[in-house]
Amino acid sequence: MTPEEEREFLRRRKARNWVVAGTLLFFVLLFYAITIVRIGDPG
Amino acid sequence: MPALLADGTQMTMASTASQTTATLPTEWRDFFTLTKPRVMTLVIFTAICGVLAAPGTIHPVLGFTAILAIAMGAGGSAALNMWWEADIDAGMKRTMSRPLPGGRMRREDARDFGIFLSAVSVGLMGVAIGWLAAALLFGAIIYYAVIYTMWLKPRTPQNIVIGGGAGAFPPLIGWVAVTGEITAMPILLFAIIFFWTPPHFWALALFVQSDYAKVGIPMLPVVAGEKVTRRQIMIYTLLLAPIAIAPWYIGGTSWIYGSVAVVLSALFVVLAMPVFTRMRAETDAMTPEKALFKFSIVYLFVLFAALVADRVAAYQGWIA
Repeated sequence: MTPEEEREFLRRRKARNWVVAGTLLFFVLLFYAITIVRIGDPG
Repeated sequence: MPALLADGTQMTMASTASQTTATLPTEWRDFFTLTKPRVMTLVIFTAICGVLAAPGTIHPVLGFTAILAIAMGAGGSAALNMWWEADIDAGMKRTMSRPLPGGRMRREDARDFGIFLSAVSVGLMGVAIGWLAAALLFGAIIYYAVIYTMWLKPRTPQNIVIGGGAGAFPPLIGWVAVTGEITAMPILLFAIIFFWTPPHFWALALFVQSDYAKVGIPMLPVVAGEKVTRRQIMIYTLLLAPIAIAPWYIGGTSWIYGSVAVVLSALFVVLAMPVFTRMRAETDAMTPEKALFKFSIVYLFVLFAALVADRVAAYQGWIA
């Protein structure tokens, strides 16, 4: 792998990791919110 | 520009790119592209309309979750569609730059992504909203990814009619997410999109030169010819009109939706008439076909917006 390719490899991997982390955080918050709503749901 | 190699031969940009992409991780944007974001806007819009028009209330967090699950299900089934049709996409100008035919992604990654997204969407819908809505979402994904994409699309020229069923699920699922039951109204919303799809798509197919014939997909204009396609457009337009007006007729909506549905459906028939009666001339601008296609998009958006306005006005007590 050339230095340019390695830089591109790292850039893509980093971008993908950020997207995965953001998605996981979003779902943690969503499930927290769903749980709170469901607990307060009388039906 | 070609690169000069040590042995004096030249390596083209294309070969350089293919070597590079083979070792690089897929861009996250390509995964996003697999979900067909443009198609998803219509899915999200009609799903929101289903949620807002349904009688009853839903907590905003749960309403948002229902829409998200529907969008994820649509995205998952779109990814499975692209996985299955990668070879077909490679043979058509419109689709050859998609992530799979473009060589930017491994085929099994697209398949796994589609299965994962579909499974998460059904699980999310079941846990957060209810298992009837989740079962409908599962049915919609199977309908699009398996029944339409794998089975019927390559086999019948009526494939667009069948494909329309997949696009018709979102408002039905959105409605059921709120009410928890299937009644006449959400079935009518399903039917409206189902009967709207053929004239919408075939109007486009008449004036856009597609490569479907080249890749062996039996699209109606290619297999049965222009005359039959024009007749089918008229038939489905005439079938659509009473179905679009039916929510008002059965008392599911007020005059607000009813009057909009009558006017829009009449305009649809008026615009479909010249498409039905004429044949393509040499150097034809295809103006009636283009007008019908553009109007069909406006038709669906305005009709569903009118439904939401009608129902919100009724639930707020602004109208009887």
